[in-house]
Amino acid sequence: MSNPLPNGTALTTRAVPSFLRLQFYDGWRLMTIVVAAMVITPLSVVLLSWLNPAGEIWGHLSETLLADLLINTFWLVTGVSTGTVILGVSLAWLTAVCDFPGRKFFSWSLLLPLAMPAYVLAFVSLGIFDFSGPVQSLLRHWFGSSHWFPDIRSTAGVITVLTLALYPYVYLLTRNAFQTQGKRMLEAAESLGCSPRRAFFRVVLPMARPWIAGGTLLVIMESLADFGAVSIFNYDTFTTAIYKAWFGFFSLSAAAQLASCLIVLVFVIIVAEQRMRSRMRFSEARQMTRGDRIQLHGLWRFLATGYALAILSVAFIFPLLQLLYWSLEIFHEEFTVRYWQLVWHSLTLGVTAALLICGVALLLAYTARRHPDLPTTGLVRIANLGYALPGTVLAVGIFIPVAAIDNFIIDLGETLFGVELGQLLQGTLLIMLLAYLVRFMAAGFKAIDGAMHRVTPSIDEAARLAGLRGLRLLVTVHLPMLRSGLLTALTLVFVDVMKEMPITLMTRPFGWDTLAVKIFELTSEGEWERAALPAITLLFSGLLPIVVLMRKSERD
Amino acid sequence: MGRNVLELKNISQAYGRQLVVKNLSLTLEKGEIGCLLGASGCGKTTVLRTIAGFEPLLQGEIHLNEKIVSQPGYSMPPAKRAIGMVFQDYALFPHLTLFDNVAFGLRGLKKSERILRVNEMLELVGLAHDYAKYPHEISGGQQQRVALARALAPKPALLLMDEPFSNLDVTLRERLSNEVRDILKAYEATALFVTHNQHEAFAVADRIGVMDDGNMLQWANAHQLYHCPHNRRVASFVGEGLLLPGVVREGRRIETGLGLLAGIPTCDCSPDQAVDILIRPEDVIHDDDSPVKAEVIRRNFRGANVLYTLRLSSGDLVQALVPSHCDHAPGEHIGIKTDVRHLVVFDKRDPSELPKTA
Repeated sequence: MSNPLPNGTALTTRAVPSFLRLQFYDGWRLMTIVVAAMVITPLSVVLLSWLNPAGEIWGHLSETLLADLLINTFWLVTGVSTGTVILGVSLAWLTAVCDFPGRKFFSWSLLLPLAMPAYVLAFVSLGIFDFSGPVQSLLRHWFGSSHWFPDIRSTAGVITVLTLALYPYVYLLTRNAFQTQGKRMLEAAESLGCSPRRAFFRVVLPMARPWIAGGTLLVIMESLADFGAVSIFNYDTFTTAIYKAWFGFFSLSAAAQLASCLIVLVFVIIVAEQRMRSRMRFSEARQMTRGDRIQLHGLWRFLATGYALAILSVAFIFPLLQLLYWSLEIFHEEFTVRYWQLVWHSLTLGVTAALLICGVALLLAYTARRHPDLPTTGLVRIANLGYALPGTVLAVGIFIPVAAIDNFIIDLGETLFGVELGQLLQGTLLIMLLAYLVRFMAAGFKAIDGAMHRVTPSIDEAARLAGLRGLRLLVTVHLPMLRSGLLTALTLVFVDVMKEMPITLMTRPFGWDTLAVKIFELTSEGEWERAALPAITLLFSGLLPIVVLMRKSERD
Repeated sequence: MGRNVLELKNISQAYGRQLVVKNLSLTLEKGEIGCLLGASGCGKTTVLRTIAGFEPLLQGEIHLNEKIVSQPGYSMPPAKRAIGMVFQDYALFPHLTLFDNVAFGLRGLKKSERILRVNEMLELVGLAHDYAKYPHEISGGQQQRVALARALAPKPALLLMDEPFSNLDVTLRERLSNEVRDILKAYEATALFVTHNQHEAFAVADRIGVMDDGNMLQWANAHQLYHCPHNRRVASFVGEGLLLPGVVREGRRIETGLGLLAGIPTCDCSPDQAVDILIRPEDVIHDDDSPVKAEVIRRNFRGANVLYTLRLSSGDLVQALVPSHCDHAPGEHIGIKTDVRHLVVFDKRDPSELPKTA
């Protein structure tokens, strides 16, 4: 499979950079270029939208909306990142380094909120805390109608919901940092005369900074990209504005211009996040042993348990119970053929996209392995940057060029052959699948590439000495070694696609409603109960990758 | 006799219900370098962590500069003990420069004093020019030296080192162990380190304690450990050689497969008693004129020497260290004689019984 010197002439013609020569462009690299182009294209389309300004509508938007959008986004990002850092770091410290009743249970169960899409948590919270919800009804019942209750449909409400939905990102990364070196660093500082408290703030916390920052940047990316939760709360951000510009004002170019503003924000985050990733590499992993934990005593033990339980309840247990209750209530009305059709659409899309994306990810991983040169590595990295692009941006950025190609073909047919062609590409699953491919490539690639690193060159050489080549090498050696990585990749992508809302909502062919789309429609009419059944289906499918993730971390 | 810096009095230590350190005692005087030597899992690192104050004590007392720092129910916080520690993985703070790492433990000093002190320490370990670098930018050996500088900077009463050389490659290990000894001696530091490598122990330490299964088998200097091991386990763990069975005869001589051996008298041996004698490879000398012949069983080429394993006519095995210009193949018979200065004798009936050497 692998050829250690892909460019036989590299030694003799050093003057010309390899990527300027024709031999450089073999099938592997061409494929990578195509995928990288699919990431670059929506970006360019969105940025180039300024060449063709949508005068009136943009003027209207910038006068009335833009300042609000920026202010809203600022508060959202500031609030959610502060909240997730506080929750994520404190919980990570407790479960990774301390010992208290229930620590083992909490260390995995605190990841469960990952299974709950933010928009599900959002509508359940509204349902619970709204004027007609159980909490306020109960309060009215006890204290009469004159009591004051904080408005859940507020900036603080959105921030709280997104914080509870997204803290696991910070928690997961920070726990990893603490687990591998927290206690040791604490001891080193103590041996140099620091009290444990001082050591925590002077050493452990600063040392974990790249991980905390990495998790927070992921959270910020998700908050910027979030469409479902903010639209349920009627909290206007760029994502909802893009949707409204397209489907309210029917102005694709205004949508693209709004998207370009969002891209600028995201770009700053991507650069910061890539830098953090490289800094995380400097520290090596080292597992802690049992005796190494800090034993909490007395009241602190129960405070720790109570704190972890409270967060888990608010972020996962209560919403789950409320969803189950609603689902049971409306089960007879909603559990119909119509519902199965939604499930079928979601499943079909999830499976198709997962197969497509993991297939391409596998090819990318092989390319990275065959050609470890700088230009190819760079291309593979670009091909994997789509995870940072918000779904709304991708929907706009991919719809525009595909529609343009479509119209070009239609025009061509008319002028050359006098044939009247219908739309060829619009109204098919193509746009959606391409957008998924860009957005979820990283999830699939990471898992497959991780497994690929275990297939070392010496394994290939050992297999070749045993007489295995080509397809037989692939089937008997590579695939079995890549199997668990591939399965992880398929699960992750499948669930991501099932939960995906904005791309599906904006680019689906007519009649292709999915569970996520149905939730959007029902919640925009305030029908919380009816949205519960599709939500709980998504939630259970979302538990899949968490189980995979946990089984993996147990093995490691 | 100097002042005792560290004194462990009959300490015991457990993880859960399992005893990992059993009734262990030792003392270190000012300026001495001690070493705990033993296979992994023998409890030596636990002793070190207990001295540092990271683990509570089950039994016994730990005195530091003649003050109690640990006893059951009391443990002075690590930060107050004035003990420096070099961790096995060095535990350098990745977010701080070398300068800040070394300066970390220096508090209550004026800024100018801090700078001078850090400089002095970095100079001592030969890294004065790299003060602005981060730990990931220097090599493993350099990290080790920074860890040493960081631990020594606050002038600790006692320096602890946990397997200080185990993460380094073999050639670097030897050079660095000499360097570390020089630094510690130049600094008149009192230090205790643990290792599983006896060459490191011999190269660095003044006193070595051999540990096995939580017990201290012997606490002595390298020469004593090698030539007068207290029991069979020390004899087999330290250095090479084999035990040769024999019977005590008149005149404190012992009859063995190598003939009658007489050395510095070994007391308490009654005639006709069955014993084992420790024969080191250098005790057996190759001599073609010798009437005693032995068959070569195995040959380990070591460059300057060859270590032969030989079978005597009695069937017993001994080892011989022979200059490598004499080359003999397995199966050949070679002449040998013995050069035993003193006899290390263990009673055959009781393997755990204590020494019989002078």
